[in-house]
Amino acid sequence: MNINATLLAQAIMFALFVWFCMKYVWPPIIAALEARKKLIADGLAAADRGKHELELAAKRASETLVDAKQKAADIIAQAEKRSTQLIEEAKNEAKDEGDRMIAAAKAEIEQESHRAREALRGDVAALVVAGAGKVLRREVNPQAHADLLEAIKNEL
Amino acid sequence: MSADTQTSTEYIKHHLQNLTWGQLPEGYTRADGEVLETSTWTLAHSAQEAKDMGFWALNVDTVGVSLVLGALFLFLFSRAAKAASNGVPSGLVNFVEWIIEFIDSSVRGSFTARNALVAPLALTIFVWIFLMNLMDLVPIDWIPLLASSLGLHFFKAVPTTDPNATFGMSISVFLLVVYYSIKMKGLGGFVGELTLQPFGKFGLPANLFLEGVNLIAKPVSLALRLFGNMYAGEMIFILIALMGAAWAGASAGNAVLFGSQVLLSLGWGIFHILIVTLQAFIFMTLTIVYMDMAHQEHH
Repeated sequence: MNINATLLAQAIMFALFVWFCMKYVWPPIIAALEARKKLIADGLAAADRGKHELELAAKRASETLVDAKQKAADIIAQAEKRSTQLIEEAKNEAKDEGDRMIAAAKAEIEQESHRAREALRGDVAALVVAGAGKVLRREVNPQAHADLLEAIKNEL
Repeated sequence: MSADTQTSTEYIKHHLQNLTWGQLPEGYTRADGEVLETSTWTLAHSAQEAKDMGFWALNVDTVGVSLVLGALFLFLFSRAAKAASNGVPSGLVNFVEWIIEFIDSSVRGSFTARNALVAPLALTIFVWIFLMNLMDLVPIDWIPLLASSLGLHFFKAVPTTDPNATFGMSISVFLLVVYYSIKMKGLGGFVGELTLQPFGKFGLPANLFLEGVNLIAKPVSLALRLFGNMYAGEMIFILIALMGAAWAGASAGNAVLFGSQVLLSLGWGIFHILIVTLQAFIFMTLTIVYMDMAHQEHH
């Protein structure tokens, strides 16, 4: 409990400890803390920036999506228009073709009936002649009455 | 208990005596009756011898323990300082950074001027005093027993129960306060602060008396507060230890005393953890405040 030179020894030790602390302990740790603080602040700022960019990208994406939808709708509308047009054209063509075929068929039928009528006419004439011949076998001379027969044939 | 023949008074006195190394004069009669033929540098064998060594003696236990603890503090912290980086801190680095941030925020809170010395000063004070106080929690007889088995008569393990240690620090702080007061305000400013307030220049003697007391009270209260708290705590540990020391064979009364010692030293130890930290913190905070006052024009 006596005050003695220990006092001086303690004061000197204290001074040395403080000096050491000031030179080798405090600055590097505070520097590391500051550096880490900066690192974290930078990281947070980068995260903020990233978030902002993400928002922008999302906005851009939705815009693109709307655009694409619009375009797709346009294309579909165009395609529909085009298809109705094509169908219309095909219909018209088919109708024309049909008309043409009908006309051709009609013409052929006409021709055939005409030909059949011609043949019939000949056959009837021959038949009439044959019938008349049978009736008039004796009285009628085909050569003598040829002009008459011809006149009948033409009337048929 | 180190000896069966010790009385309670001797036990207490033994625990409160530092291991002192100093010079005894020629013709001095030592505690064991030996008369010195020449003046000798030696370890004191009694409180009287320690006293007779005068000022130029060293409390080897105080200096030794505080040196070891200070070296431990600086070793751990400088290792952490080397390992510190802006990456993820390891356990020790993390712990050290935690303390440093705590000190840093204390300094920022109380110290308004700029001085690179104050924060390391506060850190050293806090950790060193904390470690020295912490020695109080080592069971009271272990270190003296170990010392006496090595042939040392005394060993006081808690440096802060030696006023030399607390005054050594508080006087250093006081000198820094005076130095920075003069550096910041000039000699005239410092003297003016001591003499021209609070009553103006016509109340000069009264001013000087009041401000002088104010100034001197700083180191004295700083040292005595820490010393008083730790000394009282140590004393209570000693008194608690005496209960079990009264052991005189197995009986109900002795068993109760022994049990009380265990419980009381546990309770006081837990409470003392608070005092240990609090006293280190108070010493540090007051140092910061005094340094701040030294840097201010008016207070």
